[in-house]
Amino acid sequence: MGVGAPYGQPSRFESEVMRRDIDWLFPDERASVNFTPLQDLHGIVTPNGLHFARHHAGVPDINPDEHRLLIHGLVQRPLLFTMDELMRFPSVSRIHFIECSGNGTLEWTQAVMPTVQFTHGMIGCSEWTGVRLSTLLDEVGVDRQARWILAESADAAGLARSIPMAKALDDAMVVYAQNGERIRPEQGYPLRLLCPGFEGNANVKWLRRLEVGTRPWMTREETSRYTDLMPDGSARQFTFVNEAKSVITFPSGGQQLRERGSYEIRGLAWSGRGKVKRVDVSVDGGNNWETAKLQQPVLSKCLTSFRMTWTWQGEPLLLQSRVIDESGYVQPTIRQLRKVRGTRSTYHNNAIQTWKLDVEGKVSNVQI
Amino acid sequence: MYRFKIFSSPFFSKGVGGIFIAVILGIFAFPVWAGDGLVYGLGTRTNPEEIAGWNIDVGPDGAGLPPGSATLSEGQGIYDMKCARCHGVFGEGVAGKPVLAGGIGTLGSHEPQKTVGSYWPHATTLFAYIRSSMPFDRPRSLTDQEVYAVTGYVLYLNELLEDMGAGINAQTLLQVEMPNRNGFVADPRPDVANAACMTDCLRNAPKQ
Repeated sequence: MGVGAPYGQPSRFESEVMRRDIDWLFPDERASVNFTPLQDLHGIVTPNGLHFARHHAGVPDINPDEHRLLIHGLVQRPLLFTMDELMRFPSVSRIHFIECSGNGTLEWTQAVMPTVQFTHGMIGCSEWTGVRLSTLLDEVGVDRQARWILAESADAAGLARSIPMAKALDDAMVVYAQNGERIRPEQGYPLRLLCPGFEGNANVKWLRRLEVGTRPWMTREETSRYTDLMPDGSARQFTFVNEAKSVITFPSGGQQLRERGSYEIRGLAWSGRGKVKRVDVSVDGGNNWETAKLQQPVLSKCLTSFRMTWTWQGEPLLLQSRVIDESGYVQPTIRQLRKVRGTRSTYHNNAIQTWKLDVEGKVSNVQI
Repeated sequence: MYRFKIFSSPFFSKGVGGIFIAVILGIFAFPVWAGDGLVYGLGTRTNPEEIAGWNIDVGPDGAGLPPGSATLSEGQGIYDMKCARCHGVFGEGVAGKPVLAGGIGTLGSHEPQKTVGSYWPHATTLFAYIRSSMPFDRPRSLTDQEVYAVTGYVLYLNELLEDMGAGINAQTLLQVEMPNRNGFVADPRPDVANAACMTDCLRNAPKQ
């Protein structure tokens, strides 16, 4: 028998549902990433405590009463906002995914990581609440020459990214709440930028400053990092959008089917360009495909659940999912991606994932 | 995007005439209506002095570079004491921490080395990043003078500056020609076109 704790926790029998990290991936735990356990989640909303967290110099501990947002540059009225003032603006709530552009980075040359947590777990999806950035830009009065906005973090890394003005005016938000509560420290408490569909680091956490200007600032995180190196030695810059991607979360790497019979293949699909239109599933390594059912709601730049009833008769299978988004873009194979981008581009690996199911019911990560 | 909703705004009738007039005047200046064109009168006006205390960014055109000058010799002293522990005496990187020097000409190879010298397109980025973010465990502890000094020394480690006695300042920093300054291209995606084939796809697929 129990009573309601002041802040409830999951059942003690769910203690294995947790974020995990890869201790050899980064040289310092203060500049690291914690992966979301996609294999253990249900539906499209990521619990706040399980949302992946990538930080470049630790998680700052910020008192919201002392936090300010400065908006300046090519504006008529440079303004300093308190959190209280920001929360007085008309608010909006929207459900969007955030995915690190490095999601899947270890899989460029071969299948490496054992579970979907590590192959695809740099993604989370939340209902975000805040102010439209365009509302704040109206408040300061943006100059007509403005084309870019620098967003800067209050963390020790001073992380900064240049965001195109078109994105700022389209659907960017400055958010202070996530899934019903104030955003978590590792998600940018008390304030973060949200650029729906853009790679994770463009959604600048611990947001303290927005500067309006005419050209990008060429910060470290948009030159030295988060640029995609091509086989000819050139590098793509400002590759903001996360293209359409999907993955089967059950059955997925590391899982074990204990017996033959009825199961449901389950997974997630998303696109930084809009809505998921269709998801197809193959159990024979991509030779034949069947269209899966999409769970409603299907929202723009948001995780979409797909599922398919399925009977396992004990045979070895190669499971894949393939998403098509509303722009008509079809999720590519890893071979197609490699043919164009080689294996050294680090970011934006949105390839079709293959899970191998063997006759023992064991599931593992493979590339074919 | 360019709607003029202010005229139907409930705020118009709530005694914020001053703001309304400011907005009308704004139309004849050059503001862009970003969202609904409403002004709520929130936030505190700031002045250039206050902004200067916040504004630590530097543009590729040199905008934001502070006054000051230092020598590469000064930079070596600071680098050896505060940077070499992670980045190595020669910028070679220690225990997986970022390599700062070398790698020029490797970007198109199978083992590309992305360093300041081989990859970074602008020397101004180096100044801005050291000033805002380094040393990793004590960011923003260096004076602008020290940041110039370390910036110059890291460029020296990359053989992009040669004279250890020479001064590094806003002007000389902008004159440094970064080897990979023309190495970046715009995002061409979608760059891969898969087909949504449903049956016998592997048999029918073109060989890759």
